[in-house]
Amino acid sequence: MKYFKLPLALVLTLVVFYGLNSKFGSTPPMGKFLSPNQGFWQNEQDEDLNTTMQIIGLEHEVTVHYDKHLIPHVFAQNNPDLYRAQGYLTAKHRLWQLEFQTFAAGGRLAEILGEQALDYDRQERRRGMDYGAEKALLKMQEDPETLSYIEAYRDGVNSYINELDPKDYPVEYKLLDYAPEPWTIKKTALLLMYMTKMLAGRESDLEHTNALAKFGKKRYDLLYPDFYDVNDPVIPKETDWGFINIEMPATPEGQTSSDSISITETIDKPHAQNGSNNWAVSGEKSYSGHPILANDPHLSLNLPATWYVMQLATPEHNSYGATLPGALGIISGYNNHISWGETNATRDVIDWYKIEFKDDSRKEYKHDGQWKKTKQRIEEIKIRNRETLYDTIIYTHHGPVAYDHNFKGDNVKAGYAMQWVGHIGGNNQRTFIKLNEGKNYDDYLDALKTYTAPAQNFVFASTEGDIALWIQGQFPNKWKGQGKFLLDGSNPKHDWQSFIPQEFNAHSKNPERGFVSSANQHPVDPSYPFYVYNDGYETYRNRVINDFFRSKDKFDIQDFKDLQNNNYNLKASELLSYIYTTMDTSTLTDEETDILNIIKSWDFYSEIDQMAPSIWESWWTKLEKIVWDEFDADSLAMLKPYTYQTIYMLKNHPQDELMDILSTPKKETAQDLFLITFKETAEELTEWRAEHGDYKWGPYKATYVGHLLQALPAFSRFDLNIGGDYNTVNAASKNHGPSWRMIVEMTSPPTGYGIYPGGQSGNPGSKYYDNFIDRWAAGDYMDLLFMQDQQDTQDIIASQTLTPKQ
Amino acid sequence: MKKNFINFIVTLIIALILSQFLPWWHVMVAGFVSALFFSLNRTAVFFIPFIAIFLFWIAYAFWLSQANDFILAEKIAVLLPLAGSWLALLLVTGLIGGFSAGIAAILGKQCRMLVKR
Repeated sequence: MKYFKLPLALVLTLVVFYGLNSKFGSTPPMGKFLSPNQGFWQNEQDEDLNTTMQIIGLEHEVTVHYDKHLIPHVFAQNNPDLYRAQGYLTAKHRLWQLEFQTFAAGGRLAEILGEQALDYDRQERRRGMDYGAEKALLKMQEDPETLSYIEAYRDGVNSYINELDPKDYPVEYKLLDYAPEPWTIKKTALLLMYMTKMLAGRESDLEHTNALAKFGKKRYDLLYPDFYDVNDPVIPKETDWGFINIEMPATPEGQTSSDSISITETIDKPHAQNGSNNWAVSGEKSYSGHPILANDPHLSLNLPATWYVMQLATPEHNSYGATLPGALGIISGYNNHISWGETNATRDVIDWYKIEFKDDSRKEYKHDGQWKKTKQRIEEIKIRNRETLYDTIIYTHHGPVAYDHNFKGDNVKAGYAMQWVGHIGGNNQRTFIKLNEGKNYDDYLDALKTYTAPAQNFVFASTEGDIALWIQGQFPNKWKGQGKFLLDGSNPKHDWQSFIPQEFNAHSKNPERGFVSSANQHPVDPSYPFYVYNDGYETYRNRVINDFFRSKDKFDIQDFKDLQNNNYNLKASELLSYIYTTMDTSTLTDEETDILNIIKSWDFYSEIDQMAPSIWESWWTKLEKIVWDEFDADSLAMLKPYTYQTIYMLKNHPQDELMDILSTPKKETAQDLFLITFKETAEELTEWRAEHGDYKWGPYKATYVGHLLQALPAFSRFDLNIGGDYNTVNAASKNHGPSWRMIVEMTSPPTGYGIYPGGQSGNPGSKYYDNFIDRWAAGDYMDLLFMQDQQDTQDIIASQTLTPKQ
Repeated sequence: MKKNFINFIVTLIIALILSQFLPWWHVMVAGFVSALFFSLNRTAVFFIPFIAIFLFWIAYAFWLSQANDFILAEKIAVLLPLAGSWLALLLVTGLIGGFSAGIAAILGKQCRMLVKR
C-alpha cells in the first residue's frame, strides 16, 4: 500500500492540474480563470487613466484627455503620432473586439472557437474575404502616406499588446483561453473588408434565378419590380442628367439562362436591415442659419459597441466622431470646417457566373470559346484542437468559384463564380483620412473620389454653408438587367465591361429644396441613364424623412433629435387602413373584437407603452409568412418578395393565386388571410398576456444589445425600453438599430450631439462598458465636448501622456 | 497544533510570494513545498493548506472585486452559472484554489516520506 500512495498522489496532482488548466467545451479552464492573480478577478477594474506611457516610434509627446464619458481627446504633433496613438488607445479600451472582428472578417474563428466555427470560416474564405483584403492592402501600400499611417496604427496597437502580461488580457481571452497576436496592417484591410461584406455583400441572384424559372418573366416582374409604385429617391427626381454623355453598354442578344439552380442552400447573407439614415439642411432651412447634419447607421446592436468615439487633433486638423476599431480616423463625424456621415448605398455589386470546367481536374474553364486556365488558392483554416483544414478554391477571371462540388454543390465539372467589387481592392482608408483633414466641399470631393466599397451615401455640410450628398462607390456599368440573375461565365458579353466614371455617380449639391437625405432607398429615379439595380431598397423611412423636411421652413436641433427618434410606422398605416375596410369581422369573438379595437384606435406610432404595435408586429409576421407559404413549401433557394411589394399584392391583387394557403382545400383570398392571421394573433397575444402581463410594445419587442460572443447573456443587456421597429426612422428592432446617433450644427467650431448603445470601454467589468445604453434607448444625447485648446481641461476627468520610448 | 499553524503560515507566505510570479498553480507549488518541509498527519495534510489557500484566494479576490463594486463578479456568476451571486463565486474560487493546494500537499507529503526512508 505504501508504495502505491506516491504514484497515486502524483497522478491525482497531475489530473487536478490538467483539469483546472484546460478548457472543456465552453467551460473555461477553472483554475486559471478563477485565480485572483491571473484570472478574471484581475479584470474587475475600471480603466487606469492617470499614467504616462512609453510608446515605441513616437516622435513627440501625445496628450490624451478623457472626459466624463471616457471619450479620449487626443492631441498629437503630426499624423503618424496621431494614428499611432489611435491604435494604442483603441487597443487599450477595445483590444478583444478589435482582434476578434478581424478574425471573423478573415474566416479564422475556428482557431478560437474550434470546429463549431468551421462552416462559417469556410464560407468567408469562399466569399473571398481574405483574398479581397490582400487586394485592398496592395492598393493601400501603393500610397506611401496611407501606408505610413496604417503602419503607425499597427505599431500603436502592438505597443499596447506588448505591455500586457497574461493577467491583463481582456476577460474574453481568459474565458476562451487564448492570447492576442500581433496586429498587422492586413488586419486594417480585413476590417474594411468586413464592413464591405456587411454593407455591400447582400444579393440574391441565385434565388432570383430560381424565382424567374418558377414564375416566368411576367409574374416575376410583378413580384419583384425594379421600381416600386412609390419612389422618393436619394437624389431628387428633378435632377438633370444631361451632363452624362457616354455610351451605355448594350444588352447582349439571347436570353439569360432560365434554368433553376441546383443548389438548395446559399451562403449566409448580411443582416437585411443593415442600413442607415442621414440628412442635412442648408443654412436657409436651419433655425440658426448654419447647416445642420445628422447620421445614424443601423447595425446589429453589439457589445462591445461597434463604434468608439474619439477626438483626434494635430496642429493641422481637429476632428471628432465615431471610429471603427481597426480603421483609422473618424468615420462619421466632423472637424472644425466640415461634417460627414454615411448611409449604405446598396447596389448590386455582386454577380454570379455559371462556370463549366473542362474536366475533373478543374484546371481549365470555358470562356469566349476557349479553355482558359484557372488559378488555385489554398485556404489554410486552422481549427482549435484539430488538424488544419486546407480548402482549395478555384479562381476564374470573374472571381472565386465559391460554390462547387466541395461546397454546397454536387457537380464536379461545374460551379458558380462570384464577381464582387469587394475583390477589386481599393484604398478606402484614404477617404476617411482625407475627410478628417477636409476644409471644404472640394476637399470632401477629393476624399471621396478614390472610394470603392462599400458604396455609401456620403452626406456633407460645411461651415461655409454647403450641403451635399454623393453616392460614392465603384459601380460596374451594367447593361440593363445584367447580374440580376445568374450569368453565363463563358460568354464575354456577360463580363463586367467597365465602371461608371466617378464623376457620373449620382450626387446632389446645395439642391433647391434645401436639404439632402438618404435612408437606403432607391438612389435615383428611372431617368438616371445608368442601370441601377438592387433588391430590397428601403421604402418607408425615406418617405417619412423627406415628408418631414418638406413640411416646414425651418428646423432646429430638437427637430433633428425628434426625427432620429421618430417611431411613425408608415408601413402599418398603409396596410391597416385597407384591412379595416375589407376584413370580414362578423366571426370575431368579443375578446378578438377588443383586440381589434385596440389596434384600430392606434395612431401608428410604435411607442413602448402602446399595445397596438405588438398586435401589428405579431399580425404582420404571421401574415407575411402565410402569404408566401408557397416559398416555404418549395425546396429551391428563393427569396420572398419584399415588404412593400407584399403589401402592394395584398391591396391590389387580393385574389391572386399566391394568396391561397397550400395546406387547405379552400381557395383563400387576401381577406381570408387577414382574418386567419388576426385570430392567430389574438390567441398568441392572449397567451402572452397570461404569461408576461400586458403586451406593451417595449416589453413585447424586448430589444437587446448582445455581446459579440453569441450574445452571451452575462455580458449583454436585455429588455431595453426603446420604441420603433425596423421600418421606422428610429429603426430599433429586437437586436438591430441605430448604432450611433449624431447631429452636428455647423457653427464655428461645430456643435455636436451624439450617443450610441454601448460604452467606451470593452471591459464588461467597467462601468463604462454599457453606460450609454439607457440614455440611448430614451432618445437622449450627449453634448459632445469638442476641445479647441488642449490646455482647457475644465471638463476633463483624467489625462495621460504618451511619450516616445528611448 | 503548532505544526498545523506553522504549515498554515508557510503555505500562505509561499503562495503570497509566488502569486506575484507564477500563474494560478502557484497554490499547488505552495501546498507541495510546505508539505515537504512542514509535514502534517492524516487529514491535516490536505486540510491545512486547503484552508490557507481557500482564505487567501477569497481575501485576494474580495479585495480586487469590492473596489469595483463586484460588477464583473456578478456577471461571471451569471455565466458560470451561480445565479449572479458574487459571494457564491468567491466560495467557488476559494474551493478550487484550496483543493489544488491540498492535493499538491498530499503529493509533497508522499515525496517527503520517500526521502526519509
